[in-house]
Amino acid sequence: MTAKPRRTFRVLVAKPGLDGHDRGAKVVAAALRDAGFEVVYTGLHQTPEMIVNAALQEDVDAVCVSILSGAHMTLFPEILDLMKRKGMNDVLLCGGGIVPPEDAEQLNRLGVGRLFGPGTDTRDIVEYLTETLPVLRPAG
Amino acid sequence: MELVERVLAGDQWAISKAISAVENGGPEGRAIMKAVFPHVGGAVRIGITGPPGVGKSTLCDAITGVLRPAGRRVGIISVDPSSAFTGGALLGDRIRMGRVAEDPEVFMRSMATRGAFGGLSRATQDAADLLDAAGCQTLLIETVGVGQSEIEVARAADCVGVVLSPESGDGIQAMKSGLMEIADLVVINKADRVGADKLEYDIRSAFELGLKSRRETPILLTEAHRSKGVPELVGAIDQFVAACRADGRFEARRRCNMESRLRQIAEFMIHHSLFEVNGASRRVEALAQRVLERRQSSYDAAEELVREALDPNRGANS
Ligand SMILES: Nc1nc2c(ncn2[C@@H]2O[C@H](COP(=O)(O)OP(=O)(O)OP(=O)(O)O)[C@@H](O)[C@H]2O)c(=O)[nH]1
Ligand SMILES: [Mg+2]
Repeated sequence: MTAKPRRTFRVLVAKPGLDGHDRGAKVVAAALRDAGFEVVYTGLHQTPEMIVNAALQEDVDAVCVSILSGAHMTLFPEILDLMKRKGMNDVLLCGGGIVPPEDAEQLNRLGVGRLFGPGTDTRDIVEYLTETLPVLRPAG
Repeated sequence: MELVERVLAGDQWAISKAISAVENGGPEGRAIMKAVFPHVGGAVRIGITGPPGVGKSTLCDAITGVLRPAGRRVGIISVDPSSAFTGGALLGDRIRMGRVAEDPEVFMRSMATRGAFGGLSRATQDAADLLDAAGCQTLLIETVGVGQSEIEVARAADCVGVVLSPESGDGIQAMKSGLMEIADLVVINKADRVGADKLEYDIRSAFELGLKSRRETPILLTEAHRSKGVPELVGAIDQFVAACRADGRFEARRRCNMESRLRQIAEFMIHHSLFEVNGASRRVEALAQRVLERRQSSYDAAEELVREALDPNRGANS
């Protein structure tokens, strides 16, 4: 056994809302797992409260939310706001779904991280988190 | 430490950070554990173990659903395996915990095994201690889906429920050493499926052949996804714990568990000091070279490593 080169990063993958497709979320979860992340997968139909509460208890470094329902302009800000209120200021919120560029820009300004469109190569997501998290939360 | 004060006050952010600190190893986690220890010991620890997919997580959720209305403060730790190849893990136990998700007062933490083999992770008991210190009254500790010999939870819990399902085998499995021996209670979950009665009969028959204490092991049938049989299970757990408290088994077991815990921590410290402090791998390399050149025997070299590792000043600040 050798000393670990870096700590293990933890990511929550969640799927809020009522649409019942979590294939995209599962694909991302599997890719992150294979890249060495600990992935907390919460399944379907999560409310923003449930997502943020789970993220808080799990001390994840990032919350990845998949939103296909078109409700991204309400859900992302709601989740971000709850995260701030719980003191999770250094936790990355990012996600995927069908988000028009002007919406994405507005969300980025609020503090939401990268938003990945449908059909994104999971390697891009892995690379993004691999680069962002050690800077954002070096020690945990 | 401010973090410790907040843990003791039950602050979820602080508990969560503290668990990460102990999980990641290092001096901060150790300092936290040293500070909380006077507040540890009040919680009753229930181990929930059994083969993969039998319904352990669903059962934890259902048990919580029974305990919460009774006003009990509940903490849950669920362990899932880390990949031996990438270190990654899919921690999927929350998916089965709908009731827990809707009750923000219940603290649930998923942990990856991170290389541990006994069905728990190295920091699982520390995490349990933290939740205990934070005021949880009942702790549910869900192991990974286990085989027959991953029985560490027996040393971490006051009461162990071994969960099986009708697919889990027959009476011969119930006669084997290992998993079945650590059952304070046997839970046959998925009782809605065919074969549950047969399995109960088989286990009962197998237990009849054993020691008297075995013969008295309660066997409960549950359907965790709809909570059927779960109030009875909670009743049986409470009864077991109460009986143990009354006749001294509770204290005896805690003492025994604590001895094994101390051994485990000491072992880890020595391992750490042997192989994980700065410069340790270079030291091993150098000694190996000496042995290869036949300048020293492997046993002399190893004795040297151990002597250095046990030096109290070694690795004090690593
Ligand atoms: N039919 C039936 N299915 C159940 C019952 N309890 C749980 N399940 C289902 O069994 C599957 C596995 O349940 P989990 O709770 O994830 O099992 P687990 O033992 O925690 O699994 P691991 O943690 O992966 O070992 C899920 O699809 C549950 O919905 C039950 O009583 N009857
Ligand atoms: Mg489980």
